[in-house]
Amino acid sequence: MTEEGKDGRRGVSIGRRQRKNEGRLKATGAAMYADDLRLPRMLFAKTVRSTEPHARIVRIDFSEAKKLPGVIETLAGHELPERYGVIPWTQDEQALCVDKVRFVGDPVAAVAALDERTAEEACALVRVEYEKLPALMDPDEALARTDVLIHDERGANHQDNLTKRVQLAFGPVDEKLAQSASIAEADFFYEGSTHAPIEPHCALAQWDGVTLTVWSSTQIPHYVHRALSKVLGLSAARVRVIQPVVGGAFGGKSDPFSLEFCVAKLAMKTGRPVKMLYTREEVFYAHRGRHPMKMRYRVGLSKEGAIEAVDSKIVIDGGAYASFGLVTAYYAGQLLTGPYRFGTYRFDAARVYTNKPPCGPKRGHGSVQPRFAFECALDMAAEKLGIDPIEVRRRNFVGENTETVNGQWITSNGFMQCLESVERASGWRERRGKLGFGRGLGVAGSMYISGTAYPVYPNQMPQSGVVVKLDRSGRVTVYCGASDIGQGINTLLAQIPAEELGCDPEDVSVVAADTDLTPVDLGAYSSRVTYMCGLAAIEACRKLRAQLDEVSEATDPFALRVEKAEAKAGTTLVSSGAYRTQKLGADYRGGTIGASPAYSFSAHVAQVSVDAETGLWKVERIWAAHDCGKALNPTLVEGQIEGSVYMGAGEAQMEAHTVYPENGLLRAPNLLDYRIPTSLDTPEIDSLIVESNDPSGPYGAKEAGEGPLHPAIPAIANAIHDAVGVRLTRLPFSPGDILRALRERKC
Amino acid sequence: MLTLPPFTHHAPTSVDEALALLAQHKDALLIAGGTDLVPNMKHGLRSPAHLVSLRGLSSLAYTREENGEILLGATTLIQTLADDALVKKRLPALAEAAAQIAGPQLRRMGTLGGNLCLDTRCVYINQTHFWRRALGFCLKKDGTVCHVVKSGKRCVAAASNDTAPVLMTLGASVVLQSKHNVRRVPLTEFYVSDGIRNTVIGDDEILVEARIPAPRTGLCMAYEKLRQREAIDFPALGVAVTLSLDAQGLLETIRLAVTGLAARPQMVRCDDLAGRTVDEATAEAARHAFKQCHPLTNINIDPEWRREMIPIFVRRAIRRALSSPRR
Repeated sequence: MTEEGKDGRRGVSIGRRQRKNEGRLKATGAAMYADDLRLPRMLFAKTVRSTEPHARIVRIDFSEAKKLPGVIETLAGHELPERYGVIPWTQDEQALCVDKVRFVGDPVAAVAALDERTAEEACALVRVEYEKLPALMDPDEALARTDVLIHDERGANHQDNLTKRVQLAFGPVDEKLAQSASIAEADFFYEGSTHAPIEPHCALAQWDGVTLTVWSSTQIPHYVHRALSKVLGLSAARVRVIQPVVGGAFGGKSDPFSLEFCVAKLAMKTGRPVKMLYTREEVFYAHRGRHPMKMRYRVGLSKEGAIEAVDSKIVIDGGAYASFGLVTAYYAGQLLTGPYRFGTYRFDAARVYTNKPPCGPKRGHGSVQPRFAFECALDMAAEKLGIDPIEVRRRNFVGENTETVNGQWITSNGFMQCLESVERASGWRERRGKLGFGRGLGVAGSMYISGTAYPVYPNQMPQSGVVVKLDRSGRVTVYCGASDIGQGINTLLAQIPAEELGCDPEDVSVVAADTDLTPVDLGAYSSRVTYMCGLAAIEACRKLRAQLDEVSEATDPFALRVEKAEAKAGTTLVSSGAYRTQKLGADYRGGTIGASPAYSFSAHVAQVSVDAETGLWKVERIWAAHDCGKALNPTLVEGQIEGSVYMGAGEAQMEAHTVYPENGLLRAPNLLDYRIPTSLDTPEIDSLIVESNDPSGPYGAKEAGEGPLHPAIPAIANAIHDAVGVRLTRLPFSPGDILRALRERKC
Repeated sequence: MLTLPPFTHHAPTSVDEALALLAQHKDALLIAGGTDLVPNMKHGLRSPAHLVSLRGLSSLAYTREENGEILLGATTLIQTLADDALVKKRLPALAEAAAQIAGPQLRRMGTLGGNLCLDTRCVYINQTHFWRRALGFCLKKDGTVCHVVKSGKRCVAAASNDTAPVLMTLGASVVLQSKHNVRRVPLTEFYVSDGIRNTVIGDDEILVEARIPAPRTGLCMAYEKLRQREAIDFPALGVAVTLSLDAQGLLETIRLAVTGLAARPQMVRCDDLAGRTVDEATAEAARHAFKQCHPLTNINIDPEWRREMIPIFVRRAIRRALSSPRR
């Protein structure tokens, strides 16, 4: 056993490369996803969806559907009228539409049948009569129109289509802009994109007359638990939510979804288990993907390149429901204020309802789009001053143990090492400007949160709890509500007892994400899980470690240590730990949104090649450096960096979740037309880990799952500019757009 | 997930048995790899009562050269076309085209016959029944209007087979067999410009073989495919070319075909190019193609940009054909 470090870490498991503990099951096909679950007498349900983008429901006629042999039960919106929504202040969703539909694909009714095919056929037989309403597809139009209300139930104070507007200013922005030596001013547009998890949403419900159990492919079992209780009118003490193995989520499973309520209600109505599995097309309707944003940025630099002022106006196309939209509006502004020091800053972000599938949180929620715009504008402003893009970023480093312009406290900050790392690895100094026309390098930086101080619903309880039980066999069981969505928390929850107690990580059983068995964790969002569950697990393990150390030597066999400690204690060895929400953030309204106990930092250099004849282009390579504080399992950190880079590059290259404006139908509701990059379209990725050893994080760790996505898009945009001299401001960067830009430049 | 409509599956082990099943069941469709048919069935575009599988017909999986012809059996896998030594040596453009179809898994399911008989594709038709109903059905299936050409009376769904233009430039024909008849149809006459059904194959016929005149020494060929990503994409434009030069290095023959635009793969008329220099002929062929080809909104990719790509891809195909090793 190695010597104990000053952070209490012994290095036996933490910091080591380790396989995911469910990796073997996934690779062999043995892992049980929600759709693999089968219960006796189980029914299959399907959803009837709106064919109209905006309409009143006049009548729903189930008579033909009910005649189909094998149809057992139907469900309409009036049976589940209670509104829900992940954010308590904007609960505007219903399990099935009651009065009106708000986008093509909005769930209207459900049918349960003996098999999936019959349920599908029955859905086509349900007749829904609509009275059409004007549909709003453009957020600017939706803002301007007050005669058409997408949500007319919100009362007298909301006679508009605004979900949330946030306007915040820090310092004399106009004055500083006026004094700036170089100003970049430009409009940017981020086209919406979706998560495209390979596992579609699936839920299975069982009702035993007293207790409801729902298995769901969710990343927020706790919020689903609360929402089921509210909507079904059941005591939360009689609802159990279990998250089986999840096949990808990326933020797309962090809302409660219609299917969870439908299977629950249908199970209660029929007394039989009911399952629903979304089709790929339905996953595109469920959406909650990255918001389209129209962004206007003004960035002013002093002649030395210091960022004097940043001013932005952002219109956010929200789609038909609020989802996390209130937070999106804040994040669009609040998360931009690092890794650079802003002299002054102002933003005005409006999140608007439109008649399209609802947007929500996608990996890097709210901040990927502004980061794209800002990092491009920064290059534009620096170029006028003749300052190298890496140099301008270095000169504006915000530092560590410092406060940002909007009052967020930054603890550790490894951004300078990130910049240095990508500068060196990419050969920036030697190669930039020497690759010839058609090939270029670009850089970008970013910052992201490791969880937020602000729980989604206000409460004084811990955000995460862990229970650890030691068995005299030497087996350790860890209970935690956290959702493993592929990021690897279940593996980490085995590594921590191994580290703290000296057991073999393979002797640790992790019981996770089951509201009956595990203490609450708020869920896999905001990059909070490793940080918060990690600290909770350490706390729980250290209590047990003290008990073991009291009666035995660290060198004793682990089972013997447990035996001695259990004999001494005279009871089962169990302990709990928690992460308690800290008070963070500034005092102004909204000052706590985006406040995080620790921030991660990233820098990327992208290399692209552009064929100036066709406009076809390729990301050849991305060097991605990420300050994750401490890599608790470097293999998993690299996996998160690679996955982030891949996703960001895909959004730059080809991803677009769009509708036909004339009818609201999705242009690409399948994975052939909605293109995500194949392995052949994916650049070489160099994952470079930077460790700043955060004083507050578990063993010094910060997040790694979302931060490394941010710089990918602007680094690519800046590289295209370097390659062929055109500045692309609309995502994705289509070959046609590149050709047009090249032509305009020649003119 | 989307479910399949019910059907009876037949697994004949000989061509005769398969033909008998086709003759016996009015509402039957052939299935080989199923990579085209199965999604179309899930989308409600096809709902045959019977499926007659060609997977058991191993006698149709072959590539060979005999009597001045190269013979390719219909159930030869796409991946085989990409890897086969004879195809790579004698018909390199076909190997190139095959290697660019779909992805590795699908190439190991899909067949040559299936690709030649691939249903036409359109952004308004290759969608679920729900989506098509929300839009309003179109004239290819269940409706009367065209969403691509608003007042159009004819379906303009796009021929999307990568192998067809190559084989057309090589002068290939296909052998169609029914219970009582065998006929040979030049590939250029196999396709008709009707997106609803763009081939002349009969309901009782099986495409059993493609026959290609053995390319004479000096014939150069290439296939260029435009797509948005490097795999799992139908052609946004496919350009096939074969050509030969005379002893002076002037153009002798050229055949040019495009796909991914209209309801059938299209030969580009290039009659006046013999005797021209390579540079002149290349520029002229590119101009001909640009004039004769008109991309539509049947594919989800900017038609203006696709049109701009036509001459570029023609030039690239010719350049690459000429730079490939001479046989």
